[in-house]
Amino acid sequence: MQRSHTLVVLVEDQPGVLNRVVSLMRRRHFNIDSITVGHSEQPGLSRMTLIVTGEDNEVEQAGKQLYKLLEVVKVTDIPAEDAITRELVIVKVAAKGPQRSEVIQIAEIYSARILDATPNTLMIQATGSEDHIDSFLAMMKVFGIREMARSGKIAMSRGAMPAKGGRIDRIGDGSYAVAD
Amino acid sequence: MVVADPQTVEPRITTHNAGAEPRAVPETLSGAQITCRSIDAEGVKTVFGYPGGAVIPLYDAIPAASFKHVLVRFEQWAALAAVGYARATGDVGVCIATSGPGATNLVTALADAFLDSVPIVAITGQVNQSLIGRDGFQEVDITGITLPVTKHNYLVRRAEDIAPTIKEAFYLARSGRPGPVLVDIPKDVFLAKAPFVYPDRTGRKSYQPNLVPNIRQVRLAASAIDAAKKPVIMAGHGIILSEAEDEFQRFVERTDIPVIYTLLGLGAMDEQHPNSLGMMGMHGHRHVNRALEECDLLVNIGARFDDRATGKVAGFAPNAKIVHVDIDPAEIGKNIRTDVPVVGDAAAALKLLVEEVAQGDHSTWRRWIQSERNVALERALDDIPETPEPYAIIKAIAEVSDREAIVTTDVGQHQMWSAQYLGVKHGKRWITSGGLGTMGFGLPSAIGAKMGRPDLEVWAIIGDGGFQMSSSEMATAVQERLDINIAVINNGHLGMVRQWQDLFQNRNYSEVAISSPDFVKLAEAYGATGIRVTKSDEIVPAIQRARSIKGPVLVEFVIDAEANVYPIVPPGASNSEMMHHPQWVPAEEDL
Repeated sequence: MQRSHTLVVLVEDQPGVLNRVVSLMRRRHFNIDSITVGHSEQPGLSRMTLIVTGEDNEVEQAGKQLYKLLEVVKVTDIPAEDAITRELVIVKVAAKGPQRSEVIQIAEIYSARILDATPNTLMIQATGSEDHIDSFLAMMKVFGIREMARSGKIAMSRGAMPAKGGRIDRIGDGSYAVAD
Repeated sequence: MVVADPQTVEPRITTHNAGAEPRAVPETLSGAQITCRSIDAEGVKTVFGYPGGAVIPLYDAIPAASFKHVLVRFEQWAALAAVGYARATGDVGVCIATSGPGATNLVTALADAFLDSVPIVAITGQVNQSLIGRDGFQEVDITGITLPVTKHNYLVRRAEDIAPTIKEAFYLARSGRPGPVLVDIPKDVFLAKAPFVYPDRTGRKSYQPNLVPNIRQVRLAASAIDAAKKPVIMAGHGIILSEAEDEFQRFVERTDIPVIYTLLGLGAMDEQHPNSLGMMGMHGHRHVNRALEECDLLVNIGARFDDRATGKVAGFAPNAKIVHVDIDPAEIGKNIRTDVPVVGDAAAALKLLVEEVAQGDHSTWRRWIQSERNVALERALDDIPETPEPYAIIKAIAEVSDREAIVTTDVGQHQMWSAQYLGVKHGKRWITSGGLGTMGFGLPSAIGAKMGRPDLEVWAIIGDGGFQMSSSEMATAVQERLDINIAVINNGHLGMVRQWQDLFQNRNYSEVAISSPDFVKLAEAYGATGIRVTKSDEIVPAIQRARSIKGPVLVEFVIDAEANVYPIVPPGASNSEMMHHPQWVPAEEDL
């Protein structure tokens, strides 16, 4: 069954590592829906969040291929029910005259913040799940979106510990033995 | 060679032991000197290369190095000579090329080494760092270009990084699943000076090859093996790469399971061993592919289920449970569903497995497989027609050399005839381009093999097409006075493509007839010896003469232009749908 997977990939923070990850996904014909990169809690390690659509075994193969990159330390496929995902969007919306207060009211409904204002536009920031952002943007579209920047997803699994359950089996034989 | 020194996987630490003797102050050397000293420190005896602008500083340091440098005629053949060297010795092969075109000429050979898991390290020059990204003369982004065809690659930015980088490059190339590693060094880094200390350890936390398999999986595999009535072992390159031939034979003899070979698995055990059945797949023997069809358990050791071996996946070993032993976890389930994965080095896995399995007896099953041989074809091979039959040439080379020679091949019909009828006896004596199918491979890999194993007889079996791709390396072989024998199997065609056009394109021969120079005169022009064979009774004397002559000898065998390789599994078909030689059809299929 084709479904969306959330892969969290911890990589050594070295030049060219993003290129290696993306290039590998392209070469093996895995389609990336969204990718974000930033620092992790561990110095020297970056955290990539890849949203990938595919069959479960295809995504598992993607994870195993990722492990073959020297810089990749850990790959986790966070199960949908455990994943908290967030996106950030900044939009510049047409808002003058009476529409202005309407836009502000709707922004409040979505817990969005006004970042900047001009006589004819408002710049608004919203964060949340993909659905939340989609719904917010649908409302903003009514007024006219002049410009938009969307961050792509970052994700974390619920619970006190870093995700274990969704860990891609690096060894490939059902054991996690040597991985740590 | 696959088993890592456990020390090397520790994080890189430099300690100064208080009790130890005080270390000498490290010498300050140029980057070029450090590169040479690092290659020497890895114990490399021979490197293959071609100089150029960006590596002039490196070549300035080479005369003082301990390793020997072999000057090739084209960079691609330098890298394939390194492949031949690595495959013949089990050590890491090394090649050197300059920036730009020198580096891009390596790409095909790197891809070859990547697909066949061959440990090589390629050192390329790069333009000065101040020119990188500015489209300088002979600048290409070789680390970008080779990303998908190397196990890893590096751009070195400081002279003090050269030694640790080369240390890591060699470690990566030879450990785990071996593969090619490229180290790109800018000209100014070759010129810069740094203290030279060759690190004694290397490794990274994120790189830990799984050497020893999980015993639970080994036991699952063992019980599947013990329970099987009609098991088959599929022997792959991994057995040879991990130098597990002895463990493998012990395992085979304990379980009594018949063994089939992938193209690169030939040599994992003597093909004349009573349990050996020969090559499988697209040009596999009839009884081998019949065994695959019938077996109830397939134990793949160190092969990656390449499509030329499996045929149509849905029809592959349709009744069999699959045990897959591989050092690369990503190979498990990549192409073929696997019931019992065993992830680990072949030698380690076999050592554990042989302890867990019961003594087997599969004589009835093995007899049935033998009864499925294409007897008609095998009898026909003993009839010698007047025109040299390709099978007769291959068998004669095997017999005269007592199957002890290293044989390299090019790609095409002669390669398949060789794989079918050489009867490879030992690991590392059969060197052929499997995954990539690189034409031009035969001659440079023979040069590399001979440099690595001067004690062994070396034959290169090559078609007339492939020979013309890399014939310039005749000059290298003559310059190095290498005792290599080159059998050019000349059918005046790009034979394998012609065969496909014959069988599957309605004999629409398109661009497959190919002319050649006079090979005997060509050999002589290079300063080598040339012999031409046009009759069957000349085959053995010519082979014997070639062996007695010092220096490179080219023997041209003129064969029937329309000889085909049989059996052949049509593209996209299952291994069970073999086409047989129209004259020599197996008795029960002759309806």
